Amino acid sequence: MKRETIFELKSLYRDSFRITGLTFGRGEKSACIVGALRGNEVQQLYTCSQLVRALKRLEAEGCINSGKSILVVPSVNTYSMNIRKRFWPTDNTDINRMFPGYELGETTQRIAAGLFDAIKDYKNGVQFASFYIPGVFVPHVRIMKTGYENVDMAREFGLPYVVIRDPRPYDTTTLNYNWQVWEANAFSVYAGTTDTINRGDVTLAVNAVLNFLHKEGILKSSGCAHEGYITKIIAESDLVNVQARTAGIIDSFVPPGTNVMRGEVLAQILDPFEGSVRSQIISPTDGVVFFAQEDPLVYANASVYKIVHM
Amino acid sequence: MIETVTKVDLPVDESLRILKNRIQRGEGRRISIVTGTHGDELEGQAVCFEVAKKVNEHLECLNGTVDIYAALNPLGIDSITRGIPGFDLDMNRIFPGSEDGVMTEYVASKIVGDIKGSDVCIDIHASNIFLREIPQVRINTETAKTLVPLAGFLNVDFIWVHAAATVLESTLAYSLNSIETPTLVVEMGVGMRLTREYSQQLTDGIFCLMRHLGIWSGEVTEPRRPIVSTDGQVQFINAGASGIFIPQVEHTKQVKKGDYLGDIVNPLAGIVEQRILSPCDGMVFTLREYPVVDEGSLIARILEVQG
Ligand SMILES: [Zn+2]
Repeated sequence: MKRETIFELKSLYRDSFRITGLTFGRGEKSACIVGALRGNEVQQLYTCSQLVRALKRLEAEGCINSGKSILVVPSVNTYSMNIRKRFWPTDNTDINRMFPGYELGETTQRIAAGLFDAIKDYKNGVQFASFYIPGVFVPHVRIMKTGYENVDMAREFGLPYVVIRDPRPYDTTTLNYNWQVWEANAFSVYAGTTDTINRGDVTLAVNAVLNFLHKEGILKSSGCAHEGYITKIIAESDLVNVQARTAGIIDSFVPPGTNVMRGEVLAQILDPFEGSVRSQIISPTDGVVFFAQEDPLVYANASVYKIVHM
Repeated sequence: MIETVTKVDLPVDESLRILKNRIQRGEGRRISIVTGTHGDELEGQAVCFEVAKKVNEHLECLNGTVDIYAALNPLGIDSITRGIPGFDLDMNRIFPGSEDGVMTEYVASKIVGDIKGSDVCIDIHASNIFLREIPQVRINTETAKTLVPLAGFLNVDFIWVHAAATVLESTLAYSLNSIETPTLVVEMGVGMRLTREYSQQLTDGIFCLMRHLGIWSGEVTEPRRPIVSTDGQVQFINAGASGIFIPQVEHTKQVKKGDYLGDIVNPLAGIVEQRILSPCDGMVFTLREYPVVDEGSLIARILEVQG
């Protein structure tokens, strides 16, 4: 493993801002894995650290194919992590809305440009991503329908689901989109939580990336006990959005991964002063809970669950 | 009359209301004055106040409808938050919203639905806490043909016709313009402050535009003739070092190429990290207000004068 600084910005009173990269193997730029892009993506940071541990062992055992190199970037926003903030400390901008970046532009554009310049030539790009609503996902790979997407490769992660989604206006500025524009195969891996650590999902995500690297001929062996799941491919539009009708305190009965039936009570919304039930959230379909929001206080119309229809 | 555009219940014993003041007399056209999408931008507050006050005092001059939406993001204004508190979301990136969407999207769709059909809408912004802006109208090239002539009445100094960007498709102005509700985006002053000179200047401009549209028959001033410019004439100056920016030039001043604009200093060491000189002849229409800068922070924008 080779550790180096990919990008550095000097600060007036803080330690320099650094993006650190860890490289395994030598030769062709085969795969790049990016962990946290936001300051609250602790699960994503931790997942990267466990992937690095596994890759160090595999490298020592000679399991990286010759002529292949893997770059892991555990955190792109250490400054925000260290002050427990999601976005850039001063102007609150999101680095994942700044790609491909601009080296003469604003601070976060420069950071995006510095990172992208170091990672854009890798053939495969994997990002451990998080959702803007605090909550938990069933582990899945997300790919964007840009015309360059590769569904069969996404199956190689062996995660239970691959979600294909249509790009939205802001997507043109995300890392995933720009990787694809640069002709890398780009995948976002969603595993579990964001600002808390869920070990089970970390293991799944690490194994998924190792399986992928193995199937792509980058690793001789994945070092994993099994190859994962037979993946189900779904479109984001197939996910049934279940909303809270009223605001209040939510009492949720179903964690992600639960099989639910049409008509089943998934949660109830309580009056925050009296504890009485204001409304119930009823499953509109038979399926599996794919996403569950985590905030105990919900707003009216909040997306509380996303269910994969069965 | 104060009307509720939309109301949603918050989790704990409070309702969020988007309000508008509708002042109406006669059958003439309708103008909507909108501000407060970004909770830290307050310059539009004084404009709303001045417009509502003057129209109320001279109702006899009104022929049409003046709708004033002073706070599209009331929670943000109240809590000194630029975005929507609780969602960490820029409200000007969620339009046109969706009736079935989450609270923020629902509110956005109700706002668009309510403003829709105005003969003109003025969306007043106040930069951010970092930069001070000369009163200007920003117009996407796609809508320049319709909007530049209207913007000419607003008594601003500058009209910036900028390139279309995909991310800007989720702004309020883009959404309204795409449903035939001509919307002009004004940027002026600085976040978290009021610049009375600018609010008076824009208020005068709004009455000029209202008069042009036949909504107002009272006396108006002669609008300033703004400079109309495209991206090509705007020079950006970004910080080459982190530090404290100490300006040496006044906002809105004319400068020559090589003029001394300010320093980025290291107060601890007592040294100048970067001396900032003007890259061209022109007018400093954007100037850094917030002293702390990172490498890359915008220091100034200069509207280049073509020699
Ligand atoms: Zn604004």
